[in-house]
Amino acid sequence: MLLIRCPYCEEERPELEFRNAGEAHIARPTNIAAESDDDFEKFFFIRANPKGVIYERWRHIHGCARFFNAVRDTVTDKFVMTYKAGEPKPAKLPGAPK
Amino acid sequence: MNAAFRISGAGRLSQAKTASFSFDGKPYTGIAGDTLASALLANGVHLVGRSFKYHRPRGFLSAGAEEPNALVQIVRDDARKTPNVRATVQELYDGLIANSQNRWPSLAFDVGAVNDIASPMFSAGFYYKTFMWPKWAWKDLYEPKIRAAAGLGVSPEKPDPDHYASRYAHCEVLVLGGGAAGIASAVAAAETGVRVILADEQAEFGGSLRFESGARIDGQDGYAWAQAAIARLKAMDNVRVLSRTTAFGYYAQNFVGLVERVSDHIKNPGRELARERLWQVRANRVVIATGAIERHMVFANNDRPGVMLASAARTYLNHYGVAVGRNVGVYTANDSAYAAAIDLKKAGVNIAAIVDLRDNPSGPVIDEARALGIEINFGRAVVSAGGKLRVSSMTVQPKNGGGGRTIPVDAILMSAGWTPSVHLFSQSRGKVAFNEESKRFVPGAYAQDCVSVGACNGADGLDATVDEAYAAGAKAAKEAGGKVGKGAKPKVDAGESWSRGMLGAGPGAGPGTTVKAFVDFQNDVTAKDIRQAVHEGMHSIEHVKRFTTNGMATDQGKTSNMHGLAIAAEELGKPIPQVGLTTFRAPYTPVTFGSIVGHARGALFDPTRRTATHGWAARQGAVFEDVGHWKRAWYFPKAGEGMHAAVNRECVTVRKVGGLFDASTLGKIEVVGPDAAKFMELLYTNPWEKLESGRCRYGIMLREDGFIYDDGVVGRLAPDRFHVTTTTGGAPRVMNHMEDYLQTEFPHLNVWLTSITEQWAVIAVQGPKSRDIIAPLVEGIDMSDEAMPHMSVREGKICGVPTRLFRMSFTGERGFEVNVPADYGEAVWEALWAEGQKHGATAYGTETMHVLRAEKGYIIVGQDTDGTVTPNDAGLDWAVGKKKTDFVGIRGLTRPDLVAKGRKQLVGLKTKDPKVVLEEGAQIVADPKQPIPMKMIGHVTSSYWSENCGRSIALALVAGGRDRMGQTLYVPMPNGTIEVEVTGMVFVDEKGERLNG
Amino acid sequence: MKKYSVFAIAREAMRGHKGWEEQWTSPEPKKEYDVIIVGAGGHGLATAYYLASEHGITNIAVLEKGWLGGGNTGRNTTIIRSNYLYDESAGIYDHALKLWDGLSQELNYNVMYSARGVMMLAHNVHDVQVFKRHIHANRLNGIDNEWLTPEEAKAFCPPLNISKEARYPVMGAALQRRGGTARHDAVAWGYARGASARGVHIIQNCEVTGIKRAANGAVSGVETTRGFIGAKKVGVVAAGHSSVIMNMAGVRMPLESYPLQALVSEPIKPVVPCVVMSNTVHAYISQSDKGELVIGAGTDQYVSYSQTGGLHILQHTLDAICEMFPIFTRMKMLRSWGGIVDVTPDRSPILAKTPVKGLYVNCGWGTGGFKATPGSGNVFAHTIAKDEPHPINAPFTLERFRTGRLIDEAAAAAVAH
Repeated sequence: MLLIRCPYCEEERPELEFRNAGEAHIARPTNIAAESDDDFEKFFFIRANPKGVIYERWRHIHGCARFFNAVRDTVTDKFVMTYKAGEPKPAKLPGAPK
Repeated sequence: MNAAFRISGAGRLSQAKTASFSFDGKPYTGIAGDTLASALLANGVHLVGRSFKYHRPRGFLSAGAEEPNALVQIVRDDARKTPNVRATVQELYDGLIANSQNRWPSLAFDVGAVNDIASPMFSAGFYYKTFMWPKWAWKDLYEPKIRAAAGLGVSPEKPDPDHYASRYAHCEVLVLGGGAAGIASAVAAAETGVRVILADEQAEFGGSLRFESGARIDGQDGYAWAQAAIARLKAMDNVRVLSRTTAFGYYAQNFVGLVERVSDHIKNPGRELARERLWQVRANRVVIATGAIERHMVFANNDRPGVMLASAARTYLNHYGVAVGRNVGVYTANDSAYAAAIDLKKAGVNIAAIVDLRDNPSGPVIDEARALGIEINFGRAVVSAGGKLRVSSMTVQPKNGGGGRTIPVDAILMSAGWTPSVHLFSQSRGKVAFNEESKRFVPGAYAQDCVSVGACNGADGLDATVDEAYAAGAKAAKEAGGKVGKGAKPKVDAGESWSRGMLGAGPGAGPGTTVKAFVDFQNDVTAKDIRQAVHEGMHSIEHVKRFTTNGMATDQGKTSNMHGLAIAAEELGKPIPQVGLTTFRAPYTPVTFGSIVGHARGALFDPTRRTATHGWAARQGAVFEDVGHWKRAWYFPKAGEGMHAAVNRECVTVRKVGGLFDASTLGKIEVVGPDAAKFMELLYTNPWEKLESGRCRYGIMLREDGFIYDDGVVGRLAPDRFHVTTTTGGAPRVMNHMEDYLQTEFPHLNVWLTSITEQWAVIAVQGPKSRDIIAPLVEGIDMSDEAMPHMSVREGKICGVPTRLFRMSFTGERGFEVNVPADYGEAVWEALWAEGQKHGATAYGTETMHVLRAEKGYIIVGQDTDGTVTPNDAGLDWAVGKKKTDFVGIRGLTRPDLVAKGRKQLVGLKTKDPKVVLEEGAQIVADPKQPIPMKMIGHVTSSYWSENCGRSIALALVAGGRDRMGQTLYVPMPNGTIEVEVTGMVFVDEKGERLNG
Repeated sequence: MKKYSVFAIAREAMRGHKGWEEQWTSPEPKKEYDVIIVGAGGHGLATAYYLASEHGITNIAVLEKGWLGGGNTGRNTTIIRSNYLYDESAGIYDHALKLWDGLSQELNYNVMYSARGVMMLAHNVHDVQVFKRHIHANRLNGIDNEWLTPEEAKAFCPPLNISKEARYPVMGAALQRRGGTARHDAVAWGYARGASARGVHIIQNCEVTGIKRAANGAVSGVETTRGFIGAKKVGVVAAGHSSVIMNMAGVRMPLESYPLQALVSEPIKPVVPCVVMSNTVHAYISQSDKGELVIGAGTDQYVSYSQTGGLHILQHTLDAICEMFPIFTRMKMLRSWGGIVDVTPDRSPILAKTPVKGLYVNCGWGTGGFKATPGSGNVFAHTIAKDEPHPINAPFTLERFRTGRLIDEAAAAAVAH
């Protein structure tokens, strides 16, 4: 069971309190009705599914109920960091080489 | 009376308290503190089991959890028969009943042992090469025979009356293993004041100090030191000491699963004690102090009862006071077996000979053995054990070949060296590294905040172990926030050192030989099986393991893995690390399902949700159905009524008079805020901005892909307040879906969402008399058609409590849904029921609700739709706002396949024979005469007998359905084809007049 | 290839089993092959086997980063059935089931396909509706699947708890008698042996690190940890790693990879005679020929390549097992493990050509790929050999996520595979 830091509650809580919500930073197009079939497919179906660092969304569903973003290594399942929804993708990850 | 092999003066158990027990029906006596193994050995019993494949007679290999052979069934009573219990772990209690397994008719005479004679046929993986002819015979002949022969114990036959407890715990330092290393670490950590948990699988702490007779720490005997240290730890508030507790699984982020055996060692545990307790511990730091496991020597017939690990014999002697034989041979490749020989010799047991594979070893233990007059043979090997049900001799040869001699013995003690127990370290995803010099895999790179200490870390000797462990315990505590401790490191005055050993097959069992030299005892894997696997192209150790089943028995290869690996490496001509090690997987030792499950059984398996009127419905004799977590009243049979009759009566009564239905399980969400309408516009296909306050609308929610996700009636209570209803099953996911969009896609909207499902009990009152039933109880609401038309909502009071009163209908009749605070739900229901009774109304359940709505062609999301249905498919295009520029699903709806011709559309079906009720899920074809496979063009989604229509009715998804009105289609059933006509979806009151009727 | 038989065993028994040949060879990779298959799991090896045996293409390399059969093939709970709802799914899974029946003889390797029946339990009215829809559709597709009452279900599987007092009482079951299990390792090994004997190179410990494309965009070969290997056709059969491999060719996939765990109990004498699945309480169980109860769990909720999962997932599974079989609480979990399952948005696989010429992909089997192994390999071999899909796999395109022509078994059935 993972231990996840909720950036709103500012504490680590067990995974049972959270619900994974898929890949992060896939914004819904502002004029979605005008998207091409290809672009809609990319938006809704295509996923990075990386082996390594993933940017993903979680919801602290049995806590503060907020959605937030996390950076995690999908090989070790270790979290690099978590941050609030709406914040940009971190330019540099803590612990990453300069 | 002393058992024959109990040596007075030896061991730590008091002879005062005896315990009688039986094995295979024969009574024996042991003493308190015995394991079943030590008690049987004290009585001279070595033969306790039969092996998996060859049914060879087997005795005790070990004195611990690594035991592969001595598996028995323990019987408490009829319902509490536990298979595959290691006799070396099971503590004796008075009255214990144990039986041997996998033998027929008896342990000493087992018919299955014919497999041993035929064993040349049963080579590794033989079953992949035969049993293929004739084709049918695998399933009907060979497989049943193989299955019956395989398996060890027998499953319990009755539900388990015992219960299992479960605890979560947190600590700064978790110490796994309570030998010298673990105790030293725990002491160091505890002194800093942090929370410490120390767990050990044995009944008593001390680990190998149980048998190491020479160890002295802090001026006392090692074992006594351990007990004193544990007593001090137990007295500290910040320390939890768990004996009989096995750490079985090391999961992500220092989450460790442990199982405590609470009462398996107690004669009559009673109901208050759980059988076992699961501990799920999250630790800041973990200290792994799991020790090492001795390996056996691989030689012909090394599985005969009486052939065992040297440390086991020493444990039986030094802890339990039991001699494993009277005339014992020793076969070793390292020093530690000498200590066993010395201890036994001093206790009066004859040591027939020590056979040492090494050429010219030297050291104090060798000198001591020699001084005691024990015969020592260097550079020699035991090439075979004699005897069958019990070892009777050992044949000794120079290791490079030459003449041998046979020495009579009644036990052989073996030691090939020690394998560090890196199981938990490896489970933590640490990478093990092979130490070429010591031929051991030891912890290499760590993946989690843990540290290995002592023998499991490759530490040699007690002194080094305690040093390392104490320092690591202090460091772990400090890293976890502990203060500097003020204690002193335990001082090792005397201790034993580890020495090297050997891996793989011994002389006489090497390449080219065909003897049965066992590597994995339980699964009957011999050295030649491993070689054969390699020879057949299995070059990966994982292939070797799977092909031979080496290391896959209940002991999971604790004694066999390294030998198997070494033999494979030798055969491949590769160094051991290149062949690799198989993965260590949880659990470390087998864990009962019960301990994992804990209390989550029966009613506690999953929460049960009941509505406010549940008790009332139950008292009326309602039959309930499970819908998600909810129990919903399904129908209300009167005396003598079956489901069909009850539903018919309920259906007719509702349309004729009226009925009460508990709709509380529908999800309810309040959408509040200045931008509430804007949010609703985005989440639903319908337009909402212009909906007046006090009015309701049926809303459809899509996923982004354009398929129907949920539906429900939404009431606008105020310009900034919507009362949304969802399907029963959809409530949580709709709430999540809404929150997701609000928080992440539309955070600019000023809206609050609140789940109010539990706040309001909902009583649907439907039927021509519905207003008459409700009105007398309502205050402050004008319920006239003019003031409160269909699809409107008002706030006021009913029975003196607040209500949100919806005028809406899921029956096609005039109808209301009375929302009241849930705590008043039953009282208001009773009041409405009393009013209803005056008119002859009925209570109705979900089945009637389904029939009535189907008569009107109202869909149920999840039954008439299935996640591939668009609003257009469902005939609900009218509910999609054509002028809207955005809503969730707007783009998905226009994908090529979603606008293609011939999509399945929801229609009505009438059977040509009105008495025939279609089966839900039945498939529809256009041409009933076509051969199988038939082209199916749709299926029946809902189907009922409609008493109101006097015929059956059905809804169906049919390809191009709306263009098929009036067509005859066919429903082929196993016993004939049913003709149906495609119709509209409304079967009752097509004009909708009854809504105001 | 020397034939396996009881006579061969008897012959070898006389000479200490020294005469067996290698089941597959371990050759050095050549510079170029006609076809490269990435991934030596069951599906990849079957693809190579059928390319060789049915399409005459034998100049093939199957590249495997670890050991053959070491991925999901060797980690699954070996359930075989074909009673899927949609024609497309029923088509491919029943094609596989027909190949299962006779596979031991075809491969001369006992894969222990055992049609002991797969029974899926219904616990509520919705389950009953869904299962009956399956049964009717299956019948008209010529696939056996029958409805059992709770009593009939118990007669078929005596330890099953059908008490009305259970939290979710059994309301009936759908039984496919031709469903069952097979020995997972033997499937991989049998196909490997058959392919190897026909000249296919199975190259283990050879990880693909890149996919090379020629100037015209077509595939020209793969970079590996053992150097470049050329091929005009590359079939990717990499299960949980499909996204990773396809990315190397610039193709982004509609896939996510999740941990899936399973466990076995200690071996006991026969007690569970069939496969029992329950999607409502989330558990799958059968008993292996060795006597172990083989139990499948659900996926963890997050993308992971770690091949491990949380204890709480196993806990939930065992809760369900002991709810269905209350006699099993004293049984012991012997071993648990995890695999990586690649899941598509509609829970149906992708077996198709790709936008890159010469690149083919077979993935997205989610939690249910083992049962399809022979059928999947068979039609994928056709797709590669002919450069066009077999009619059976034609619906399983990559494009369906653009057009919306999904094969949504999950949405339609609420049934895990």
